[in-house]
Amino acid sequence: RASIQEDGLLTLPRAVNVDLQTDATLQVDISDALSERDKVKFTVHTKSTLPNFKQNEFSVVRQHEEFIWLHDSFVENEEYAGYIIPPAPPRPDFDASREKLQKLGEGEGSMTKEEFTKMKQELEAEYLAIFKKTVAMHEVFLCRVAAHPVLRKDLNFHVFLEYNQDLSVRGKNKKEKLEDFFKNVVKSADGVLVAGVKDVDDFFEHEKTFLLEYHNRVKDASAKSDRMIRSHKNAADDINRIASSLYTLGTQDSTDLCKLVKVSVAALQKIESRVAADEDLKLADLLKYYLRESQAAKDLLYRRSRALVDYENANKALDKARAKNRDVLQAETSQQLCCHKFEKISESAKQELIDFKTRRVAAFRKNLVELAELELKHAKVTMTSSVYPSLCL
Amino acid sequence: MCVCVCVCVQSGPASLPAEDISTNSNGPKQDSLFDDDPEDLFAEATEEVSLDSPERDVLLSDGPSPAITPITPPCSLITPHIDMFTHCSFDEIEEEEGGDSFDMHISVSDPEKVGDGMNAYMAYKVSTKTSMSLFRSQDFSVKRRFSDFLGLHSKLASKYLHIGYIVPPAPEKSIVGMTKVKVGKEDQSSNEFVEKRRSALERYLMRTVKHPTLLKDPDVLQFLESSELPRAVSTQALSSAGILRMVNKAAEAVNKMTIKMNESDAWFEEKQQHFDNLDLQLRKLHASVESLVCHRRELSVNTALFAKSAAMLGNSEDHTALSRALSQLAEVEEKIDQLHQDQANADFYCFSELLGDYVRLITAVKGVFDHRMKTWQKWQDGQILLQKKREAEAKLQFNNKPEKLQQAKDEMRELEGKVQQGERDFELISKTIRKEVSRFEKERVKDFKTIIIKYLESLVQTQQKQKVKNIIIIIFSISY
Repeated sequence: RASIQEDGLLTLPRAVNVDLQTDATLQVDISDALSERDKVKFTVHTKSTLPNFKQNEFSVVRQHEEFIWLHDSFVENEEYAGYIIPPAPPRPDFDASREKLQKLGEGEGSMTKEEFTKMKQELEAEYLAIFKKTVAMHEVFLCRVAAHPVLRKDLNFHVFLEYNQDLSVRGKNKKEKLEDFFKNVVKSADGVLVAGVKDVDDFFEHEKTFLLEYHNRVKDASAKSDRMIRSHKNAADDINRIASSLYTLGTQDSTDLCKLVKVSVAALQKIESRVAADEDLKLADLLKYYLRESQAAKDLLYRRSRALVDYENANKALDKARAKNRDVLQAETSQQLCCHKFEKISESAKQELIDFKTRRVAAFRKNLVELAELELKHAKVTMTSSVYPSLCL
Repeated sequence: MCVCVCVCVQSGPASLPAEDISTNSNGPKQDSLFDDDPEDLFAEATEEVSLDSPERDVLLSDGPSPAITPITPPCSLITPHIDMFTHCSFDEIEEEEGGDSFDMHISVSDPEKVGDGMNAYMAYKVSTKTSMSLFRSQDFSVKRRFSDFLGLHSKLASKYLHIGYIVPPAPEKSIVGMTKVKVGKEDQSSNEFVEKRRSALERYLMRTVKHPTLLKDPDVLQFLESSELPRAVSTQALSSAGILRMVNKAAEAVNKMTIKMNESDAWFEEKQQHFDNLDLQLRKLHASVESLVCHRRELSVNTALFAKSAAMLGNSEDHTALSRALSQLAEVEEKIDQLHQDQANADFYCFSELLGDYVRLITAVKGVFDHRMKTWQKWQDGQILLQKKREAEAKLQFNNKPEKLQQAKDEMRELEGKVQQGERDFELISKTIRKEVSRFEKERVKDFKTIIIKYLESLVQTQQKQKVKNIIIIIFSISY
């Protein structure tokens, strides 16, 4: 089982490692990304031996809206109703980070030079981390599509990968956003109705119950982990301030206290100032990703239930038509279509849900192991090597 | 698949020896800050695994498993609940002062609510253990209430502040805190308040008796020894805030001085600057540490919430092995992380309290400097008045008015005496302040060292716990 390799430019391990089958026929990755004023430009790099493409290897530049367009085109495509549509990547959000950088710039006069440079470095690192994360999220989306036996053949996908001009996809305007909103309302109301109906098929009944519960709990865990990380970040900011204050104090003091203070500052920064970036974020990103995936799986179940309801309605209509002996042929065709649609969805849905579970278990395992390894590495790097030798009074 | 992965960990916390340092308080001392001392004090605690160079950005290595050797885990993972407040009392400290070794330990304990309703108050037991001949016995205790402490401070302040002694300020009054206690609210925050106050009172008394002059003061002796104490009145003025106001008034008077003091002594100028800087730095640090304690408490709460949530998630997970792994992650987070955070927070809480004490102490120090200025002012005023009187006397002599002349001569003699006294006062207060400042700095350095060492020691311990946590995570996650 091959996991996707990253280009050397993005060296930070990807937040969520999703184990996927890939083969030489189609490999997609994001080889570069550029952050401009208010948008991010991703360089999508494709390597393929498929005859559909003009070349074997090529790159295009895409923006976030184009990813969303691709995702929405999948969702709206009836043919794909029986598949878990890979969740759309979240919008790149640098607002918070940018605001902090701005505030730092404004407050430059009120702090010492060391403090300023240190804070600036911290914020820049944060910015970089967010940037890498958003690149990773977009890449995962593309890879999931490329790995899916049916979706990888989608024409829009090929256009997305190959067409080297701007796709001229505009974001949804207000009217369309409102339409989406109502669609969602109807869907969730429907969903409640549909969820109440007990499914004949054991497998799907079990999946429905499981997914509902799982989704809610992942949502809760994700929210709580976010809060935990926020507290951690606040504490880390305080620690940085304390470290710089101690440093100033230490340099003023002309006694041996100075040395001790310097040591404790080093200890503070190495051990305590461990920002939630690596380990907690890993967990948080994992949870967020599976929140979106489990929602996509729920959507699949919903579509199947919808199709089932349509099928049952078509059956009833057919019976009525036969009873009245009117429009029988029409009703028959309609019923056959519904039946076919429903069966097709059910069949692919079953496989999709099984795959989902396998992927989920593998991803959690991989991430938990990486989490622990990172923690261990962190622990090794800290006290013994740097702090103790300098603790001589 | 079950893989056993172990990491060699040397157990046993390292305790850092608190070495005595001798400091020359006057003037800076050139310190070589980067001594290469080959002796590693913590050889016992180093790991056998080879260490990478300290880098901030941690990158994943390719190999998944660390070194494999048998493991000896520390005996108890779960230490009893950390009572963060008792951490704050200082240990007995030996001090050589004028040949008489300082051997005294005061503890404030057993807070007891006396009375009911709005007239209720907390009575604390003040126990003294000492071998000094100053006291009637070696081990005795009395009951005191908060206003008694304030009363003691006000008496000492009125006697000693204006002649240059740095009198330690008493703990702050708190209307909100006390009202909760009076009303009888038995919840965690009011318990915390009482504990905080008890600890602060203990530190206050220890600081006061460590001062060789204050220790011998009859008011202090009476406070510690006599079972009955006259009730201190008008504690409004006796609170720290009241003293602060007094000090501020002195500062105002200094600002209004028309003649700028000609500081002939560079030492005072430098020290004044030093304390001004220290004041700023400590206030800033105090604010940051208080903020950290608060955020850490939040973190502790949020970690607990997350742990519960992760456990729930583990429960609903279909795959049994993953489910187990998630539940174990939750358990690990809850037990070990929580303890780690509570412990670390306890240390910072002590630091925060100490910083608060020092912010108040420095205000007292600055007040003492201002009093010196006032003394100088008085002396100068006396001299100017004397000069005027001399001129007046000369005039009288010229105008030949014998009766008035005699009166003027008498007044002048009296004034001369006052001026001489003023000069003596000024010299005395300057000398006292020098001594006091040197003692203060020594104490300050000692206090900070103690706290920092305690913090570093606890860091070592939590590092051990952290390693064990990591090992557990690796073991369970690989074995599913």
